Amino acid sequence: MTLRPNAILEVDALERRFDVSAPWLNRLIERKPRKTLRAVDGVDFIIQRGQTLALVGESGCGKSTIAKLVTGLHAPSGGSIRFHGDRDRLQMIFQDPFASLNPRWRVARIIAEPLRTLKPDTPEAEVSARVDELLRTVGLAPADGLKFPHEFSGGQRQRISIARALAGEPEFLVCDEPTSALDVSVQAQVLNLMKRLQKEMELTYLFISHDLSVVRHMADVIAVMYLGRIVEIQPTADLFANPLHPYTRLLLDTIPDLEAPRRDRSPMGGEVPSPVSPPSGCSFHPRCPLAFDRCKTERPQRRAQVHNRRVACFAAEEGTPDVQ
Amino acid sequence: MSDVVLDVQNLRVEFPTRKGVLTAVDDISLQIRRGEILGMVGESGAGKSMTGMSILGLLEPPGRIAAGTIHLSGDRIDNLDDRAMQVVRGRRIGAIFQDPLTSLNPLFRVGDQLVETIRLHTDLDKSAARARAKELMREVGIPAVEERIDSYPHQFSGGMRQRIVIALALCAEPELIVADEPTTALDVSIQAQITALLKRLCRERGTAVMLVTHDMGVIAETADRVAVMYAGRLAEVGAVDDVVRRPKHPYTAGLMGSIPSLRKEVEELQMIPGSMPRLNAIPQGCAFNPRCAHAGPRCRSEVPKIAREETTGAACWLAQTGTEDQGEAA
Repeated sequence: MTLRPNAILEVDALERRFDVSAPWLNRLIERKPRKTLRAVDGVDFIIQRGQTLALVGESGCGKSTIAKLVTGLHAPSGGSIRFHGDRDRLQMIFQDPFASLNPRWRVARIIAEPLRTLKPDTPEAEVSARVDELLRTVGLAPADGLKFPHEFSGGQRQRISIARALAGEPEFLVCDEPTSALDVSVQAQVLNLMKRLQKEMELTYLFISHDLSVVRHMADVIAVMYLGRIVEIQPTADLFANPLHPYTRLLLDTIPDLEAPRRDRSPMGGEVPSPVSPPSGCSFHPRCPLAFDRCKTERPQRRAQVHNRRVACFAAEEGTPDVQ
Repeated sequence: MSDVVLDVQNLRVEFPTRKGVLTAVDDISLQIRRGEILGMVGESGAGKSMTGMSILGLLEPPGRIAAGTIHLSGDRIDNLDDRAMQVVRGRRIGAIFQDPLTSLNPLFRVGDQLVETIRLHTDLDKSAARARAKELMREVGIPAVEERIDSYPHQFSGGMRQRIVIALALCAEPELIVADEPTTALDVSIQAQITALLKRLCRERGTAVMLVTHDMGVIAETADRVAVMYAGRLAEVGAVDDVVRRPKHPYTAGLMGSIPSLRKEVEELQMIPGSMPRLNAIPQGCAFNPRCAHAGPRCRSEVPKIAREETTGAACWLAQTGTEDQGEAA
């Protein structure tokens, strides 16, 4: 893959396998083979500076594993991640604002931690001035720094997580389901805040969510994942206007639409297969209405005709009649 | 009206604490008819689950029903003792909860759990109950019933487990099903399968359903009518189309506006400033008034109500009287 001048993150043929075998003794006695789970199975994408790329998919599709690979919490089993920026300026926001803040620390100390770690020489007065400023940036008051996390609501805690992530003056933020634990009206506040901060600080987001309406609001480019692979990647408007992969179409057709209440839909049949033993060929073929013989044997590759606009589907490639 | 299955009148649920009495559900009246799905929406702490739990008679002490009545097809059920309530629950009211794993006993085969429940509530013998269990499993869409009936809960996926829980709730052909966040733990594609199943059962059997959820999308998709709760009170009731598209209460309007749209691009989502008050700090008058852009003096002093006999309406002085209204409340 050629280096693109404005790319901040290039992920190429990324793989992550987990060993989920039974314990050694069981394998010996019960003659069970080793088992590997391919959580991420050959994923590539590029994120441009200042943009938001979203990974969407159902649980177990590998989107959170990618977040951990990008932030270095997991080591890749194969492929490469190239980050064209300062590693210290990569931060993460997690889903659960209750689990990701130390309950015994005051908020000011939580927010100051990245500052003290990354720039240990900063004078104390400067640190506390910066903490006050960060609290104001995310819509809290400087006095809130003296409180403990339990004194805040879920939305306020997520603001604290954002302030902590901003403390290291990041250029790149990995956000793993940042609003999934929040009520909708609070979610709107947090999403608006994230959009504003992106504009003001020229941040780049890798945004992970299962919620297509949230993703539509936040992302410039959307990558749809299924069983560890990206099945389709397109700029947001195009993906919604012209979804290419049958899985994307079914997903779009499945989500409740508030503008059309009481719709009778035909829900997608079947369930996501186990990633330990994925189906042969295209892993979506057992649920796919367009599947034909080739899909059962051969794995479709995403054709990189145009950057960030690709689909891994034989039916879409060969122009098989449309489902709709 | 004879086809009213659930009739809740002026329900009030209180939690006595050391610092005083907290009112979790404040003067709620609602009705559900045969074959109707009523959606209860609201954000966390709005009192929607508490309402469901008081109907099921499963309020955790010290929580208690402090006022009001609950009638099930004409019979009063809120003043029954635990034993009598246990008979009502299961036989006449079925319950479906968010996490199917906690509703199923992990040590027993699903078939045995179904048979036990069926035999508890009917006088079928063992083999007839097993036949009935298979029938129910087929009805909720479980494939290969003959093999699956002797599986344990952990051998099923989340969606399949929730189907088993629905089958359990249906065992005694209840008049009412209370479903508390039945799809929240499931992925969207499975969620759609479960809501479609609930809708079909409701249509075919004429069961009344109270669907409690925080997800406006699920409500829009599934419910016939919606009740929106805020800070323990009913903010708005109405047909799903009206509430979703033409909300009358400013809170409902704000809630709808804060949901990102699938159809249009918006630079900024509509926000409701602040957050829902805690139960120990509910403001005077309309509970929403400090966050409401249209609040007038009356909103700060008097609690707006939806008249008990109304099936549609908003608990809002502006929507009711039309005065002090700066245009549409949206």
